[in-house]
Amino acid sequence: MNAKRKKLIYNSVTFGIVILAYVLCSSLYGSMSRSLRGQLIPICCWIVMAVSLNLVVGISGELSLGHAGFMSLGAFSGIVVSGWMLNGFQMENEILRLVIAMAAGGLVAGIFGVLIGIPVLRLRGDYLAIVTLAFGEIIRNVMNCVYASVEGKRLVLGFLNPSLPGKLLLNGPNGAVSVGKIATFGAGFILILVTLTVVLNLINSRTGRAIMATRDNRIAAESVGINVTKYKMIAFVTAAVLAGMAGALYGLNYSTLIPGKFKFDQSINVLVFVVLGGIGNTLGSVISATVLTMLPELLREFSDYRMLVYALLLIAMMLITNTPASRAVLNNVKGMFRRRNLHQTVQATQGTGKEKGGRQP
Amino acid sequence: MSETIRRRNADTKMVPVPSRSIIPERDLGKMPVLECQHLGIDFGGLTAVEDFNLVVGKTEIAGLIGPNGAGKTTVFNLLTKVYEPTRGSVMINGIDMHGMDTVAASRHGIARTFQNIRLFSNMSVEDNVRIGLHNQVRYGMPSGILRLPAYWKKEREQHEKAMELLSIFGMQDMGDMQAGSLPYGAQRRLEIVRALATNPSLLLLDEPAAGMNPHETQELMDNIIKIRDQFQIAVMLIEHDMNLVMGICEGICVLNYGKIIAKGTAEEIQRNPIVVEAYLGKQKDVGEKEGTEA
Ligand SMILES: Nc1ncnc2c1ncn2[C@@H]1O[C@H](COP(=O)(O)OP(=O)(O)O)[C@@H](O)[C@H]1O
Ligand SMILES: [Mg+2]
Repeated sequence: MNAKRKKLIYNSVTFGIVILAYVLCSSLYGSMSRSLRGQLIPICCWIVMAVSLNLVVGISGELSLGHAGFMSLGAFSGIVVSGWMLNGFQMENEILRLVIAMAAGGLVAGIFGVLIGIPVLRLRGDYLAIVTLAFGEIIRNVMNCVYASVEGKRLVLGFLNPSLPGKLLLNGPNGAVSVGKIATFGAGFILILVTLTVVLNLINSRTGRAIMATRDNRIAAESVGINVTKYKMIAFVTAAVLAGMAGALYGLNYSTLIPGKFKFDQSINVLVFVVLGGIGNTLGSVISATVLTMLPELLREFSDYRMLVYALLLIAMMLITNTPASRAVLNNVKGMFRRRNLHQTVQATQGTGKEKGGRQP
Repeated sequence: MSETIRRRNADTKMVPVPSRSIIPERDLGKMPVLECQHLGIDFGGLTAVEDFNLVVGKTEIAGLIGPNGAGKTTVFNLLTKVYEPTRGSVMINGIDMHGMDTVAASRHGIARTFQNIRLFSNMSVEDNVRIGLHNQVRYGMPSGILRLPAYWKKEREQHEKAMELLSIFGMQDMGDMQAGSLPYGAQRRLEIVRALATNPSLLLLDEPAAGMNPHETQELMDNIIKIRDQFQIAVMLIEHDMNLVMGICEGICVLNYGKIIAKGTAEEIQRNPIVVEAYLGKQKDVGEKEGTEA
């Protein structure tokens, strides 16, 4: 099978699974438990977080440990803009407000992505990971000091200054209070589709190949005229924008939200989704984000042992997906279903070998 | 084929140019592709290259030879701006390369292969060449994400160009294979194709025949000449295989301990007692030993 067709099938399967899951969830919505229903929107957000982080970690090959920071920026700017639109401009239309809020979240996160990317992407490997971790924490600490309010049509921002005029939207370490819960599952679904379109189309384009070239061999990429920092930046900022949009949706799904919600363990959580789904594997990120977000809730019945079981499952999944032995087992199982297919592949490769031999007299 | 190559080589008249270099007569009226003047670099206390002066003609096939550790790869790294020279200057097509980086060197027409192969080994053969075409067949990120008409048009153009370039080495049917899974010789050829994809005016080949059998080497020699004739570019190569160097290089430059010890045509180099002393005699033994081992 040629590489192009493989990619096409992979992309179709990814979109197919997401659309199918959405249709299933919407039609079963009535019969879902309350807690499961409450999880639908967060699951969408974490899927977007995982897929976008995968763009940085899997496709551009840089370990970023501050992804939750961008989610936080998106969440609070989304909440503030939504509150501003409602209180300043009496914009009652919730869908419009949600769209504007998500756009604002993406924009703010993107701007900070550029600002943080400029120093961070000069570093490599472990240094880059540590500095992104630091920036994630800096964002959280700064958010603890930001206050915002609307007075008339005007948005007032304060730093370390809680006494702002008008209606308070953002209250420093107490975060956002009485947020309009305007997030919808449909919006989450659309955001996932947008994210998948952006990421998958990006990967299979000139820009994406340049990004992967910088990952696979930096020196060779430079030697063919690819500006490594620029393409790392494109991946980093694109991921930040998507995380910001996911953050806005996430923030507008709760009536209160504190900056402490986006600690660095959330960044690690998203990284766990990416690693378990298979680094560089978008569909894997989607599935592992879904399963791992639902898992703690599903395990609620064993409440005392919940985290223990969760940890064991994580370790088991990691072993299964990441050791050569288990991969060999998995391949064997796959092979049993595909014996015929496999046989054909072997013949095909032997064929090319002979042809090549034939061409050389 | 080998005979025709030798004859072609013998036909080339080399003419002296300023800075004591020589270029083929046919390149005389034209801007030389490369001009190095007093080029040098130190690594800490070690002077790896010193007072390197060289002019390469517009369509010349030039050889850079010398024992291991002589500084040959370092010269390539200086030309491609992996390192900034400590002293001296480089001109590419008459443009001073001072302050350029690797990306700028590529845009100004220098392309290279690596002594230790540097392919994008997890990607397909075709994608490797497409990455080489990065600055030749362009479209923006929005076109790629939104799949605008520019995307389809330029992707097809990339595919066609990639196949055309691969066919130089008869590799057009390997487009879907993983680059890292190719045999060694094919990986070296793919690196040359990827370098050619950047539309260079000077192609630097760092030991292109290393690891190839005599038959593959012979084919490579034919192909290097074919590439030069078809694209009208200059080729500069580092090579230990003296058959290849003496067979196709018009001007040869011998490096020892970072300094040029001789410059000239194949005949002149072969006759030069200093070269024979410092390099050829010794290296021939090494070559023969390697030959019997293999
Ligand atoms: N980045 C570097 N730092 C320090 N020394 C270097 C570096 N690159 C090359 N050298 C030294 O420069 C000399 C020439 O190396 P090189 O150009 O690779 O030789 P050649 O390609 O002719 O075999 C060697 O002594 C090598 O150790
Ligand atoms: Mg070398």
